[in-house]
Amino acid sequence: MNLFESELKVINIGLESFRQGLADSGVKSVQAQFKPPLSGETELFARARRYSARIDKANKKAFGRVLAAKPALIGMGRALDVIPGMKKDLILHAGPPIAWARMCGPMRGGIMAALMYEGMAKNPREAEKLAASGRIKYSPCHEHGAVGPMAGIISASMPVFIVKNEAAGNYAYATQNEGLGKVLRYGAYSPEVIDRLKWMETALYPTLKAAIELLGRIDLKTMVAQALHMGDEVHNRNRAGTSLFYRAIAPAVIKTCPDTETAARVLEFINGNDHFFLNLSMALSKASLDAGRDVKDSSLVVVMARNGTDFGVQLSGTGGRWFTGPAPVPDALYFPGYTKADANPDIGDSAITETNGLGGFAIAAAPAIVQFVGGTAADAMSYTLAMYEITIGESDVYKIPYLDFRGTPTGIDVIKAARTGILPFIDTGVAHKKAGVGQVGAGVLSAPPEPFALAFEYFAKNLK
Amino acid sequence: MIKTIIKKGAYFDSVALMQVAKKLNSLNGVLDSAVVMATKENKGIIKASGLLTPEILKAGDSDLAVAVSAKSPAAAEAALKAADELLARKPARSASGGDRKAAGLDDAVKMLDGANLAVISVAGRYAGALAAECLEKDLNVMLFSDNVPVETEVALKRAAVKKGLLLMGPDCGTAIINGAPIAFANSVRRGNIGVVAAAGTGLQEVTALISNEGAGISQAIGTGGRDVKQEVGGLMLLQALKLLAADTATEALLIVSKPPHPAVLKKIMAAVKLIKKPVVAVFLGGEIKERIKEDFYPAKTLEEAALKAVCLGKGWKLLRAREIIYDMNLKAGELAKKEAARKKKASCLRGLYSGGTFVSEAQVILPEFISGIRSNAPLDKKFKLKDSLRLSGHAVIDLGEDEFTVGRPHPMIDFSLRNKMIVSEGAKPEVSVLLLDLVLGYGSNLRPLEDILPAITEAFRRNRELSVVASVTGTETDPQVRSKVVKGLEAAGVLVMPSNAAACRLAGEIIRQGARK
Repeated sequence: MNLFESELKVINIGLESFRQGLADSGVKSVQAQFKPPLSGETELFARARRYSARIDKANKKAFGRVLAAKPALIGMGRALDVIPGMKKDLILHAGPPIAWARMCGPMRGGIMAALMYEGMAKNPREAEKLAASGRIKYSPCHEHGAVGPMAGIISASMPVFIVKNEAAGNYAYATQNEGLGKVLRYGAYSPEVIDRLKWMETALYPTLKAAIELLGRIDLKTMVAQALHMGDEVHNRNRAGTSLFYRAIAPAVIKTCPDTETAARVLEFINGNDHFFLNLSMALSKASLDAGRDVKDSSLVVVMARNGTDFGVQLSGTGGRWFTGPAPVPDALYFPGYTKADANPDIGDSAITETNGLGGFAIAAAPAIVQFVGGTAADAMSYTLAMYEITIGESDVYKIPYLDFRGTPTGIDVIKAARTGILPFIDTGVAHKKAGVGQVGAGVLSAPPEPFALAFEYFAKNLK
Repeated sequence: MIKTIIKKGAYFDSVALMQVAKKLNSLNGVLDSAVVMATKENKGIIKASGLLTPEILKAGDSDLAVAVSAKSPAAAEAALKAADELLARKPARSASGGDRKAAGLDDAVKMLDGANLAVISVAGRYAGALAAECLEKDLNVMLFSDNVPVETEVALKRAAVKKGLLLMGPDCGTAIINGAPIAFANSVRRGNIGVVAAAGTGLQEVTALISNEGAGISQAIGTGGRDVKQEVGGLMLLQALKLLAADTATEALLIVSKPPHPAVLKKIMAAVKLIKKPVVAVFLGGEIKERIKEDFYPAKTLEEAALKAVCLGKGWKLLRAREIIYDMNLKAGELAKKEAARKKKASCLRGLYSGGTFVSEAQVILPEFISGIRSNAPLDKKFKLKDSLRLSGHAVIDLGEDEFTVGRPHPMIDFSLRNKMIVSEGAKPEVSVLLLDLVLGYGSNLRPLEDILPAITEAFRRNRELSVVASVTGTETDPQVRSKVVKGLEAAGVLVMPSNAAACRLAGEIIRQGARK
């Protein structure tokens, strides 16, 4: 198109005052925000550009697999029986790999709770000693096809949901959500925590297992798509998802549960926990993203996860390698009596939802929780819109009513994040830094720059 | 008394920071301040001004450093607090109302269907990559940013030429596209004259003069000053010529530049020869002897070039350009006589310029009247000023040179440094003429009279024999309104001329007439 014969339309990047002369001349202009790139190694950006045709092709393939995923809840089982590589002396945790010595308070507390729950320790002191002894092995959930919110602790006897990506045939696993208050995932290890876990193992688990077996499968993808239209972003708000799940499971529970009392307690437990669906939206995300793994030359981010100390990222094209940096403390709304000084750095595998284009990436779909992001629907929208800058594409199933049903920004491209300086935007709960206190707030944060800079640099250097 | 604060990992646009620094400098008790990202280059810059504290030395690229030198600790503290508040202030809603900002380039392209030009003014080290992205998206680019490496410039321009796009800059301060002023530019009439300029102020001067003479501009394309150097090879100047040659609205072309590298000049001349439209060219300080085609009109000054272009645009005889200049000179001669008469002795001229091209033009014109003119931007190296702050004899200086602009806004925006010099140079008994430029238009200082008049009045108070000669580059439709500015200056005793060339001739003539006494 000939510029001189077209209507001049200007994108202004930098000094905003330059728009005045344009406005006075009746020229349309848009101000584009600018942030410095994450990496100072400019030659690596040039290198990535040279390989762009190949990278685009690889990303299309990896991203296509993520979009094509058909995650469905197909059953439940004990961690030891179903999770690949699970062992009795192994404890899975959230985020990238970490040794006991560097673990934060809530993660340590969660592990102590798990050891007492497994009967391997009688009291907290014994549990702590055992945990630090070297006899217990630790491994990230993500390296076993699993995900866990907050501390993300999974031990051998814990029952887990089994989610199958029916398109590619891969599986993902997550525990049952314990609800709010004093709970293991926030590092609590008091007797009531262990008692609840026991009840979940002996009553909740068999009941749900039987109900799911009766139903055969529950289509989680459609459920999340509907939840987005009902005001969830399925990370910090799961009220709609939980309700939809309840509607699906309740008749089956009634049909399969041998005693009314247990059936009622199970349904009340789900009904009373707005976050019950979170673990399912996480497993759905994990099952979808794992399908996009291991595509050579793909810069797609397949994992973002935090262990309360480090924030870790994995890419499709760089195999099992973790890129990490310090986990930031979230910008949060705190429960009465707590402040930022009480907060633990960000923790949990739940950022898998953002990695899958949900959570913070879909916050424009969740007007009920905009107080986390500044208070107005426009604020929420601007966060979602910013994420389109760093994603490979848009979801063809998860859509945002407020954006005229535009698909959520999906599939973070580490090159785009590094180049634009725009960091993934994550919704999160905030744990007290001391084990056992529990949740102290909820809020949002931008992912830290280091893991993305490192991932980009490694990826770009190793293109060949 | 120097105090510093470092803000880790804070990023601000450098111009936003300069505006903060400007405000700090205006606070009571503040001697100097620097508000910069703690990059290596910036550290070097503030070292020169004595503000490089150990804290800043330790800070890194992504840290913001604020340093204040003040008369007292309390004043320094107050300034640091003010800096905090200024930095925390959210940017005002943009000019066109409460519209949403695009999150990035992709978003912007989606928001503005049919976007065809990107104006980039982010820090130079980021600008190249951003410009490359814009070209990939088939956007023409105006790269206002400076400090872009020459290799990057060449790569960008090659990519642009391949796609038939414009890549104006880097360090391109001005352009007029489809009638709209871009960055530092004047509001001019639309018309049939297409301008290509590798000299920013030159572009402003010729477009404003053309518009003020009643002709108009089809397009005015800036290329950045480095375009005509050997490394870049005139890539964009040639591209612009090609586009204007094909543009149906353009009936005459005008090329403005400092002298190009000989090899580049050859290419330009070869291109001009093929253009089936009349072409005027001015290469300030360089002469064009060859008569490459019938309708090619070389000019020595911006004024001559602009007037020749006006004649071509209006279909007048070329002679008319010379007549206009002749009439101006008659009037200037009278004025000069009067001015010279009220001086006891002939002495020195000091040109204090905010527009770089004018410094070149002054050095082309003034030697007709006086000799031995020194400059910090000399056309001939042997006239290089040893110290730009200690002027002696006749001197013309460019206050837009890096030595003056690091850490502060361009002198077309921020008059403070030149104001100081107007007073200090004007007060010197050996100085009899101050020669100034005032560049109006978008981007420039919006209150030029309020800012400059106190300094001029003070200079007159200290030196009763002083003459102040100025040109005002601008139009009636500029936000500052040229006639208002001219009236204000004249009321204060300034001799205002219609062009810089005319101002130079008047200033030179005053000195020459004085010498005859």
